[in-house]
Amino acid sequence: MYFDCIISGFGGQGVMLAGNILAYAGMCENKNVTYMPVYGVEMRGGTANCTVVISDKEIGSPIIQKPICSIVMNRPSLEKFGPRVKQNGILIVNASLIPKEDVNFPNVECIMVPARELAMEIGNEKLLNMIILGATVQKTKVVSMDSLIGSLPSALDPRYHHLIDINVEALQQGAAFIDQH
Amino acid sequence: MTDIELVKGNESIAMGAIEAGCRFYFGYPITPQNDIPEYMSRHLPKCGGVFIQAESEIASINMLMGAGATGARAMTSSSSPGISLKQEGISYMCGSQIPGVIVNMSRSGPGLGGISPSQGDYFQATRGGGHGDYRTIVLAPSSVQENYDLTMHAFDLADKYRNPVIILGDALLGNIKEPLRRHKYIPKTFEKNWILTGAQGRSPRRLKSLYLSEGELTEHNWMLHRNYQEMTKEILYETQWMDDAKLVVVAFGSVARIIKTSVSMAREQGMAVGLFRPITLYPFPYKQLLDISETIHHFMAVELNTGQMVEDVKLSVGHRKNRVDFYGRPPGSIPSPDELFEEIQKVYCLP
Repeated sequence: MYFDCIISGFGGQGVMLAGNILAYAGMCENKNVTYMPVYGVEMRGGTANCTVVISDKEIGSPIIQKPICSIVMNRPSLEKFGPRVKQNGILIVNASLIPKEDVNFPNVECIMVPARELAMEIGNEKLLNMIILGATVQKTKVVSMDSLIGSLPSALDPRYHHLIDINVEALQQGAAFIDQH
Repeated sequence: MTDIELVKGNESIAMGAIEAGCRFYFGYPITPQNDIPEYMSRHLPKCGGVFIQAESEIASINMLMGAGATGARAMTSSSSPGISLKQEGISYMCGSQIPGVIVNMSRSGPGLGGISPSQGDYFQATRGGGHGDYRTIVLAPSSVQENYDLTMHAFDLADKYRNPVIILGDALLGNIKEPLRRHKYIPKTFEKNWILTGAQGRSPRRLKSLYLSEGELTEHNWMLHRNYQEMTKEILYETQWMDDAKLVVVAFGSVARIIKTSVSMAREQGMAVGLFRPITLYPFPYKQLLDISETIHHFMAVELNTGQMVEDVKLSVGHRKNRVDFYGRPPGSIPSPDELFEEIQKVYCLP
């Protein structure tokens, strides 16, 4: 089993946290994992991306040129990472910020997730990263939803533990969106 | 302690240090290694240790020298420009035979350069770095687990040889997160009949690097030299896919990780490529590479710089009898496994 993914977006959209949780879930399933963050010197508003590799073999490079899967949360990320997705790979797109007509990559399955709208249904638009992570895991089955949810207490700082329930809800909402479409 | 955790590279170094008995940390902030002082500031006081954010890099290396002189296990960390500032202190520590662990999670240079990964400090780390004819042991980890393990090992080596030990990582190894299994440090005893603890009831001791009497400095330098020769017992390296290899890729640290994937791609294409990863950069595995060159005559050094370790590869195997190719990437971008695979392909069939 081998999976790699680049998650990208604006600083503040929760790109790094999504990558962390995905890596944690992989580790909870006794896989080898690497998580590599890349960000500018800005705290918010800059661009950020991270690469997650999950494998049952030893992982060589934590850097991936052509990922099997990519999540793009904003327009600049689509332009940078969209063309890099491997043939027959999966591109998960934040449809709240990126119109469908801009997403056109041959031989790549593009999934449009209206992450902000779905997050608003739960009551907090900041949950958009969890919506999109839930959708990604449901689509790719790289880890089980149980491992993903189960890794939240370890992956989140204790001072955010009161938000675990609403994050679980967001992960499930994202997964449900995939089931319905 | 056998639980598995997802840990950031920088933090794994701090964890290894505390587990190995480091109770003094001195440092000054610089990206990309700030997680080390942050972790130390939170955890050292809890185990009776001392964390000091010094006023400068120069102050922190001198504090390290002071703590080391008392026999305590102590560490400082920084990144490339900060390590340059510490060189005077490192030279004095070597001259005075004072142990200590110095972590360089290197970034790009020259000058302030940038915060991206680089291996441009190879010469500085392996050739002494400051003034005088001295060496420091240099350990180059390439995973989060190895960051932890080699940091513990660094404290033992520093005490064993009474010499500073440098851990040379980079921005990539500091920032990635990987599973870490922490394990117990097994304490080793080192005779420390030289430490400064107050001379009550015994004759005074002196740790110094100034030798002015006739012949004294010559003998001191020869003694240091013999100590460096002894260190060759500590050589560490990793090999993979070597059995039938026609080309041996030599790489260390973060780039060794990236190229491991490139070499496995080459293997899938039926190319006979092996990987040699020096873990100790000083002492460098000269003899081990020389032995390999008895049967394999083609080497390729790959580095995140424009050519430093390749000189040691050439010193190991010679470049008359053997072919030594080189691919280097200056800082600012990191080569992908696919790009490095293409570079391997370019040299593979060369005579």
